[in-house]
Amino acid sequence: MTPSIASEGSLLRIDALTKSFGGFVALDNISVEVRKGERFGLIGPNGSGKTTLVNCISGVLRPNKGVVLFRDEDITPLPPNQRARRGIARSFQIPRPFKSMTVMENLMVALDFAAGHNVLEPASHRRGTAMSILTRMGLASKADEATATLTQVELRKMELARAMATGPKLLVSDEAMAGLSTSEVDEVLDLLMSLAGEDIAIIMIEHIMQAVMRFSDRVMCLDAGKIIAIGSPTEVMANLRVQEAYLGT
Amino acid sequence: MNRNNIAFWSGAVVFLAAVLVMTRTIGNEYPFFAGYVILQFVVLSVAWSILGGYAGYVNFGTNAFFGVGVYTAVLLVEEFGAPLGVQIAVAALVGSLLGLGVGLLTMRMRGIFFSIATIALAIIIETSVTNWRFVGGAAGIQLQRPAVMPPFDSYVKMLFFVQALLVVIAVATTRAIQNSRIGRGLQALRDDELAAECTGVPTLRLKLLACAISGALISAGGAPAAMYLQYADPSSAFNLNYSISVLAMSLIGGTAHWVGPVLGAILLGVTQQLLAVTISSEVNVLVLGIMLVVFVVAAPKGIIGLLRRWSPLRAKDRS
Repeated sequence: MTPSIASEGSLLRIDALTKSFGGFVALDNISVEVRKGERFGLIGPNGSGKTTLVNCISGVLRPNKGVVLFRDEDITPLPPNQRARRGIARSFQIPRPFKSMTVMENLMVALDFAAGHNVLEPASHRRGTAMSILTRMGLASKADEATATLTQVELRKMELARAMATGPKLLVSDEAMAGLSTSEVDEVLDLLMSLAGEDIAIIMIEHIMQAVMRFSDRVMCLDAGKIIAIGSPTEVMANLRVQEAYLGT
Repeated sequence: MNRNNIAFWSGAVVFLAAVLVMTRTIGNEYPFFAGYVILQFVVLSVAWSILGGYAGYVNFGTNAFFGVGVYTAVLLVEEFGAPLGVQIAVAALVGSLLGLGVGLLTMRMRGIFFSIATIALAIIIETSVTNWRFVGGAAGIQLQRPAVMPPFDSYVKMLFFVQALLVVIAVATTRAIQNSRIGRGLQALRDDELAAECTGVPTLRLKLLACAISGALISAGGAPAAMYLQYADPSSAFNLNYSISVLAMSLIGGTAHWVGPVLGAILLGVTQQLLAVTISSEVNVLVLGIMLVVFVVAAPKGIIGLLRRWSPLRAKDRS
């Protein structure tokens, strides 16, 4: 790995990133690159630093050391809202809908603030955009429902739809399939696969291995804040340290 | 201009015209004296709901902003003999700066911690004013009303009209926020600040904006009180009852729509005025408390919540 040299088509570059909470080092000198349109799987046992990495990418946490470059621009000091406007979207491990709003209004927040729409553009245009995203996600019939009425899988899709409405170049999906049934996992996975097709890179954090294997171009495995393997899904799965981290010795 | 806007502004014009006609036709000053207080509470409640309702930051320091409005007016009158319009405009400016300051100081505070910080602010400002001799200190200060301007024949009537004008300004501002993307952003940050931030909402900037606008309107609403009472003293200008009344009015009316605080302020304001003349002004607070308890239990979303349950007025129809 030569993180200091930007390769062709690099979208996100993380360079020597370290994040610690008090004496606990959650991420230890992480360097990695995600390419444009890439499907990137992020795995690792609980507490290995996956969500901390996501938080450093989306701007929720500031790293102690290291830089985050997005489209060749240093975004390390930027707050999450500016990163969202530059094209980094995320979903949350536990869905965080805007509870007092309908599904449509949830998406309108993203369209109003992140998607770079002209302020003078009529609201009906934005509604149209929101509706077409909802249709793709299979949520069109729920557009005017309150988020409280949604099922778990619908909430997950709503979060992805809201993230898509920000017009992202990079979508970070933090365990969007946790707690879903097998058929629902396939449903969400198909959605993510179809989204990745169009110039959007996706970082998928997941514990469900079949999903990671099917989805990813490349997989990275974290353990105790360090990268223990990175490469094609089969390579990473064959790695002894990965098996050790997951299964124990 | 769409149909809602036309309806709103025609309503505002009719309201102001009616107020003007009242000042010309009713001779007795008392209705204006009482009505002024009700209109003042409409301004305060509507302004409070920008931060407390839309953004979900419960401000207990309404009295701080109110008192700052009063004392800005006092200072301007004493120092420069400034006219009423200038008093209100400068009070709004000072109130917005104070709001901005509160927002910056309490940047990372949420929920009860924010509320406690605003109470602390009120106490600090009140203590400072109490020790400021030029504006009268603890003993307060007497003020001389200047001559009334035509077409009004009494100063109280003029103040009533001015406060009505402030009602229109406050409601129009709040309505504009509610219908704009700022309103949606505030609602998003109230629901989930982190999710809002990650969806592109500049939460800090919106919070500061809400603090500044809310503060400006509350201080502007308080400024004419100096001339209304012809007297100002710290313990009444910074009375915690303002905070409690405004909170109760907003919550009883409902904060989901700007109509809520207006209805709440009228309902409670009228009740208070009636009680003050029929029983005693001390009973006010008791009735306020009881009504608040009843509403919190029976109608947590206030009058607006009840109306929405009974009528087809849905959340979609924002006007």
